[in-house]
Amino acid sequence: MNSISIRDLSLKFGEATVLDQLNLDVAEGEFLVLLGASGCGKSTLLNCIAGLLDLSEGQIIINGTNVTWAEPKDRGIGMVFQSYALYPQMTVRGNLTFGLKNAKVPREDIEHRVNRAAQMLQIEPLLNRKPGQLSGGQRQRVAIGRALVRDVDVFLFDEPLSNLDAKLRAELRVELKRLHQKLRNTMIYVTHDQVEAMTLADRIAIMRDGVIQQLADPFTIYNQPVNKYVASFIGSPAMNFLDGAYGIDEQPSFTSNNLDIALGRYNFKTRAEDNRPIYLGIRPEHVHVGNAAQEQPFNSDISVEVVEPMGSDTLVWTSLDNQPFHFRMDGQATVNVGDRLPIGFDPVKASLFDKTSELRL
Amino acid sequence: MTVESYEITRAKPSKSSAKEPSGAKPLRRINPTRIMLYSVLLVAAVYYLLPLYVMMMTSLKGLPEIRLGNIFAPPMEVTFAPWAKAWDTACTGLYCEGLKVGFWNSVRITIPSVIMSITIASVNGYALSNWKFKGSEVFFTILIFGSFIPYQVMLYPLVIVTRELGIFGSLQGVIFIHTIFGMPILTLLFRNYFAALPEELFKAARVDGAGFWGIFLKVLVPMSAPIFVVAVILQVTGIWNDFLFGVIFAGVKNFPMTVQLNNIVNTTQGVKEYNVNMAATLLTGAVPLAVYFFSGRFFVRGVAAGAVKG
Ligand SMILES: Nc1ncnc2c1ncn2[C@@H]1O[C@H](COP(=O)(O)OP(=O)(O)O)[C@@H](O)[C@H]1O
Ligand SMILES: [Mg+2]
Repeated sequence: MNSISIRDLSLKFGEATVLDQLNLDVAEGEFLVLLGASGCGKSTLLNCIAGLLDLSEGQIIINGTNVTWAEPKDRGIGMVFQSYALYPQMTVRGNLTFGLKNAKVPREDIEHRVNRAAQMLQIEPLLNRKPGQLSGGQRQRVAIGRALVRDVDVFLFDEPLSNLDAKLRAELRVELKRLHQKLRNTMIYVTHDQVEAMTLADRIAIMRDGVIQQLADPFTIYNQPVNKYVASFIGSPAMNFLDGAYGIDEQPSFTSNNLDIALGRYNFKTRAEDNRPIYLGIRPEHVHVGNAAQEQPFNSDISVEVVEPMGSDTLVWTSLDNQPFHFRMDGQATVNVGDRLPIGFDPVKASLFDKTSELRL
Repeated sequence: MTVESYEITRAKPSKSSAKEPSGAKPLRRINPTRIMLYSVLLVAAVYYLLPLYVMMMTSLKGLPEIRLGNIFAPPMEVTFAPWAKAWDTACTGLYCEGLKVGFWNSVRITIPSVIMSITIASVNGYALSNWKFKGSEVFFTILIFGSFIPYQVMLYPLVIVTRELGIFGSLQGVIFIHTIFGMPILTLLFRNYFAALPEELFKAARVDGAGFWGIFLKVLVPMSAPIFVVAVILQVTGIWNDFLFGVIFAGVKNFPMTVQLNNIVNTTQGVKEYNVNMAATLLTGAVPLAVYFFSGRFFVRGVAAGAVKG
């Protein structure tokens, strides 16, 4: 059964349409990440699901009940916000119990749930403190606890880790994953951070201007992006895009000025006509260097322009056929500016996009 | 080995420099701008304090001494009789019971008016910032526009309204008027304050199942002490100092202190008792003065506490 179904949801702020005819199904126990650039409507969608915004059109069904016009508290959801949104005048315990008291949950039950959540999130020693006396990480734990004690099936997270520093973010990310593995609740998690999306998600929905571009598991999103936007959004450093044309003589190929890359092994979704302008996208980590390059179906050699050592690996910037190109090397490798290196890749790992529609071929 | 040598090299400079800030301490220079600034402030302070000083001195003198005419001289013989008379026996029109009657009238007018106006305006501000409804912006604009209309224009209609309600010339009448006239500015004050609070807090409270009143009373009001203090200061001083509404709507029995002060000072019969007049004026001004004096510190503290993001 689907935990959440969204049917033809539209939302307008005055004249501006933020979400237009959006459909989305989330399976029970699934961890779904809504990923997209700032301002693309992720929070708006989440607020619609939570019941904090009135829809212009459409329906929302949670656990088989149509909750389109239900109050937030009656939807069986818990929500965690970017700014933590803890009640500053209440203690941590007060924050955790506020919703339960409003719902008139019996006292022993409240006690039990608070203790369980506090233990799970390791915030027991903080229960009598005010939010102002907590660090950012502790505050966000409390905010998660506030959703946890509601004993709901669906958790909604709106960029919960964005206000934390990098180290804490990585820690809490793992903890969230652990929490999900333990609880098996449905979770919808909004972020603009692709690392969070890739690491946490069962499925990722990539949004752009209020439209879901691709909804798939992280592996598919990474390997088979449906369009150029998704391809460039996912992956760091970003995918290389070579500008050229599709050719079909004896076999399909990608051609630009001095390049001719055979696409025999490429897994075409749709065929394009001859001479169609296309992009060939290849991820920096799929480019091989040195001896390994010789064994690749396509190879060439380049001259190193800029070197960025990252420790674990080294990023090399260069150009291929006068187009900017970058790739990854082992962190221990020594490369200098001006070096000529053989490189190569397998077109099966590449992604081809039509130049006008930007859709995957 | 390497660690050890590392520590040794670190330890040397830390002995002398790490504990205390080093280098020359910058001197606090008195520069021309400062001198200008302080001179202007000093002149302003003297300008405002001098009348107060004269009033204070005069109120402590006997009439014969006042007739000598030296208004800046401190009293040769300090007497509190004018203060006693102003409070207890000075004539305010028909009665000679002093200002105390007016004082208690003002208290009876001010306290309920302040409570009523702030209660209603805070709920208004909350509703207008957090529960926007169709036309709420228009409603707000009209409300604010109301504060630009001169009072005089509305006096006569309001007299009719209060008469029809049967509260003209009564305590309720003047309280009603003060509550209405406090509405625009207070609503604006509260609306802006609530609008500046994080929106996610309000959303969190809704998810937690708090309703209109629950969110207001349990979440927002507890974190809004500074703005309530500002509103109280504004209203207490404003209503205490009011003359016009008091004289029109309160009725003779309930004339506030300002009206009775006017009656004392403007009596045309007998000798002008400058010392009593001064004492009466100081007594009337004491309440707003005290409010500023005591709430000022709390006010600053409240604003500062709110400024540090919690
Ligand atoms: N209350 C609002 N009134 C008008 N426009 C809004 C409001 N909230 C959001 N928007 C607009 O809707 C779009 C999507 O916003 P949002 O969902 O917050 O984006 P995201 O969370 O993906 O960064 C933005 O262009 C934003 O300007
Ligand atoms: Mg957002």
